[in-house]
Amino acid sequence: MLIRRPDNIDPSEITDQSVYRQRRNFITGAAALGAAALLPNNAGAATKLPNLKKSAYKVDEPLTPYNDVTTYNNFYEFSTDKEGPAVLAKNFVTRPWDVMVDGLVHKPTTFGIEDLLKFSLEERVYRLRCVEGWSMVIPWVGFSLNEILKRVEPMGSAKFVEFTTLHDPNRMHGQRYPVLNWPYVEGLRLDEAQHPLTLIGLGLYGEVLPNQNGAPVRLVVPWKYGFKSAKSIVRIRLVEKMPVSSWMRASPSEYGFFSNVNPEVDHPRWSQARERRIGEFLKRKTLPFNGYGDQVASMYAGLDLKKFF
Amino acid sequence: MHLVPKAVLFLACLVPLGRLVWLAFSGGLGANPIEFVTRSTGTWTLALLLITLSITPLRRLTGRNTLISYRRMLGLFAFFYACLHFTTYIWLDQFFEWPAIVKDVIKRPFITVGFTAFVLLIPLAATSTYAMQRRLKRRWQQLHRLVYLIAICGVAHYWWLVKKDITEPAWYALALFLLLGYRLKLRLSATQAPRLNPK
Repeated sequence: MLIRRPDNIDPSEITDQSVYRQRRNFITGAAALGAAALLPNNAGAATKLPNLKKSAYKVDEPLTPYNDVTTYNNFYEFSTDKEGPAVLAKNFVTRPWDVMVDGLVHKPTTFGIEDLLKFSLEERVYRLRCVEGWSMVIPWVGFSLNEILKRVEPMGSAKFVEFTTLHDPNRMHGQRYPVLNWPYVEGLRLDEAQHPLTLIGLGLYGEVLPNQNGAPVRLVVPWKYGFKSAKSIVRIRLVEKMPVSSWMRASPSEYGFFSNVNPEVDHPRWSQARERRIGEFLKRKTLPFNGYGDQVASMYAGLDLKKFF
Repeated sequence: MHLVPKAVLFLACLVPLGRLVWLAFSGGLGANPIEFVTRSTGTWTLALLLITLSITPLRRLTGRNTLISYRRMLGLFAFFYACLHFTTYIWLDQFFEWPAIVKDVIKRPFITVGFTAFVLLIPLAATSTYAMQRRLKRRWQQLHRLVYLIAICGVAHYWWLVKKDITEPAWYALALFLLLGYRLKLRLSATQAPRLNPK
């Protein structure tokens, strides 16, 4: 089948000394972090995330302004309008928050949001390409999903990872309408989930994730269309069979499991060859794998990307 | 006679454009201004088309025959916003990238029907004057029945463009269904009373 494990350990997966040192910094800052975690993030000014490690994972392109990143959102749990989530998610309460990691793992664990904030957080500047044909450059804060996967120890039988968004129509008004099959479900192949680029996002622009951007914890998979990066995650489950995502269920001919950014494979209703970077006037060419081909293309060697779109 | 209400209507039809200009200068077009302008001009084209189509039913239901004198202006404003919509697409959105545009028109059903609707609007706008109406006689009415097809294409254009939430295009479709259904009903009853000549 489609299972392909990386055959060498990426140097970035080996914990280096600076990370150990970071842990010490982190212990001193832990009290502050813990306090930050308890604060509701809608209480006025956004909470700064301290002790961020600058990551080598960054693109050298101008950042999309904070205001655009936080007012132009696809977050159907709140609204199908782009401007809707910023308004309707304003009072969304994200504390307490637990993420259950279970399924085919040796050590199923429930991580509270305060546990997640204790991982070594780094700032990574990624491109984001929406399937609708626009893109942004966003400085995310978070850590590789693989850090969590290592802790829970996937069993040999685990082949895929399924992500589930909170389902609570009382708190997420958009879920009162059957626009999608709630709860929102997304999935990755295990090797994709373990890839160092795959990020657990807890913030952006150095601050706690704004509600409309998927607070308090989301996925960021920069080489796939934006909808693959599930928001407000409550469960991460390792499974044997390929999960059926909400978008696959909604329209299987338009949204495939992989949904890698690919200028060669058009959406049935519109072209994916170009994109409009928010803030720019002229469209730019869309890059294969959103420009991350060097890091990720090898995972798909031999796979017909037109068929497995 | 109707000069004052016509002037008011004229200005009212310019409000959506005025709003866009105002938003453009006050930075209110959001993160994706080109998309905003495209959507807005498209929505107003469709709305004005449906308003134009509602004149005949309104006239019959209220018995106010003077309403007919506003129809041409409304129809021409629908064409005006269609032109803005089309220009936005060609210029701001695609920036005259002709190969991409031609491919879009041929390959993307939603653009194909939208483009069809736009092209079909041109002869209607061109023959909208009284002189043309007189010159074409019965042909004029036959030609202008194209507006039904144009409206159907317009709604389909919107429907197919939406990613998932079809609530809004569904409202336009319902309005069009009622407007066309009313005419069909008139036409059916016209077989009994041939003096009614629905348009």
